[in-house]
Amino acid sequence: MAKAVVTVVGKDQPGIIAGVAQTLATHNINILDVSQTIMSDIFTMSMLVNLEKLDEEFNALQDDLNAVGDKLGVTIHTQREEIFDAMSRV
Amino acid sequence: METNQITETINMVAEEHLDIRTVTMGISLLDTIAGTPQETAKNIYTKITTYAEKLVPVAQQIEREFGIPITNKRISVTPIALIAGKASPDDMLYYAHALDDAAKAVGVDFIGGYSALVQKGFANGDLALIKSIPRALTETDLVMSSINIGSTKAGINLDAIKLMGETIKAITDKSDTANAKMVVFANAVEDNPFMAGAFHGVSEPDVVINVGVSGPGVVKRALEKVQGEPIQIVAETVKKTAFKITRVGQVVGTLAAERLGVEFGIVDLSLAPTPARGDSVAEVLEEIGLEMVGTHGTTAALMLLNDAVKKGGVMASQRVGGLSGAFIPVSEDAGMIDAVKAGVLSLAKLEAMTSVCSVGLDMIAIPGDTAATTISAMIADEAAIGVQNNKTTAVRILPTNGTKVGDMVDYGGLLGTAPVMQVVEKSSANFINRGGHIPAPIHSFKN
Repeated sequence: MAKAVVTVVGKDQPGIIAGVAQTLATHNINILDVSQTIMSDIFTMSMLVNLEKLDEEFNALQDDLNAVGDKLGVTIHTQREEIFDAMSRV
Repeated sequence: METNQITETINMVAEEHLDIRTVTMGISLLDTIAGTPQETAKNIYTKITTYAEKLVPVAQQIEREFGIPITNKRISVTPIALIAGKASPDDMLYYAHALDDAAKAVGVDFIGGYSALVQKGFANGDLALIKSIPRALTETDLVMSSINIGSTKAGINLDAIKLMGETIKAITDKSDTANAKMVVFANAVEDNPFMAGAFHGVSEPDVVINVGVSGPGVVKRALEKVQGEPIQIVAETVKKTAFKITRVGQVVGTLAAERLGVEFGIVDLSLAPTPARGDSVAEVLEEIGLEMVGTHGTTAALMLLNDAVKKGGVMASQRVGGLSGAFIPVSEDAGMIDAVKAGVLSLAKLEAMTSVCSVGLDMIAIPGDTAATTISAMIADEAAIGVQNNKTTAVRILPTNGTKVGDMVDYGGLLGTAPVMQVVEKSSANFINRGGHIPAPIHSFKN
């Protein structure tokens, strides 16, 4: 496993990026790229993160991010990068 | 990577019902044949539970990592009639129970392959298996059966068709819903991951992973963006969407095969509906411009859809196989059910539609007092369409005792609910009772 995409969507409020980044840091995960906008009050962010050493721990990371999402009232998806690549490239 | 591509993928799953319909492990049982049915049944159980032990957990983990639901995990096996060549109909039950027990032990949703290939005639095992079907399907829970009664190369076995009409009636007398677990094929394919027709052909490798992808909702949403455009734009849009959907199957199948340590077989891109609104092939046809599915123009719209799905899928996968196309089951498709209830979609129109899509008369409820020979004649018509046009056709017709036209029959879960449809009441008995064999069409002689 190499990279994953973390997407965060929900009502904007202080602390969303901090919460997500903190969780990633706890799992010792490096953020490679971030793109974030606010569309009519809706916070949307996608992050590309490095999962090099995380083969075993993917589920733990996903569970923790889901818990953070619940706390912040946003939806967080954590998915392997290949799925997006496969669908968008020939 | 573009953010909008990420959003597009997530929406396909969250709002448009994109799913991997099935990850199906095909397992050859040719090396399980022993001296007695009991010993063979034991070997079958052992082989299936050994190879498929991790199928469900591996599929669930992949589901998590990709964020794409895998709706069913299934197993297909070598047609049991080949494995049980010496068995009596009573012996056959050992095999049916071995399959059912193994499927339950590994936690899969269905196991297919309680099958016989009789397009040219019956061997001992074929007849024993067909005679055992009513008991096998009602005494087990997860076993699915398929019988191939015709092929372009061999012609159509009318004796088998007669027998299958009687068998369907015999199942009906034992159960209201077990008929949904059996399908009668012409030109059956050997790597089909979809049920009830999945079996593991004899030319397949020992163990293989095949994947079935679906997403009529995704296609419908894509077509909503090209309203009023010329029809070739519709074809192009379906093609591009089919490409994306099939890629998901390719990625999931490759990873599943790798983790299970077996070969990756094929991706079957079939627009297979579920009873959920927004996951309907009928709605896709209506989006192309029909007020309701079943009206004039339905066959043309379906032909375009089926063809464009195949073209997009072929480009997206290393190996495309199975049925690949559009499915038109009535009970599993909310739009089809509406059209039948409204009196717009008839059996005759459904038959016409099957000449241009990937399957046949599927999940159609009919009155319980329909004659066995009439059911056989429906099978014969479908087989004729398949054999003459070099394509697969299937019949899953569901007579239910005590029902009349317009009643609803519930089959549970993904199998949905079907309105009982009108059947032509004039007899076909003298035709079916002739028995014998319809010769293969002239264009099958290509050597």
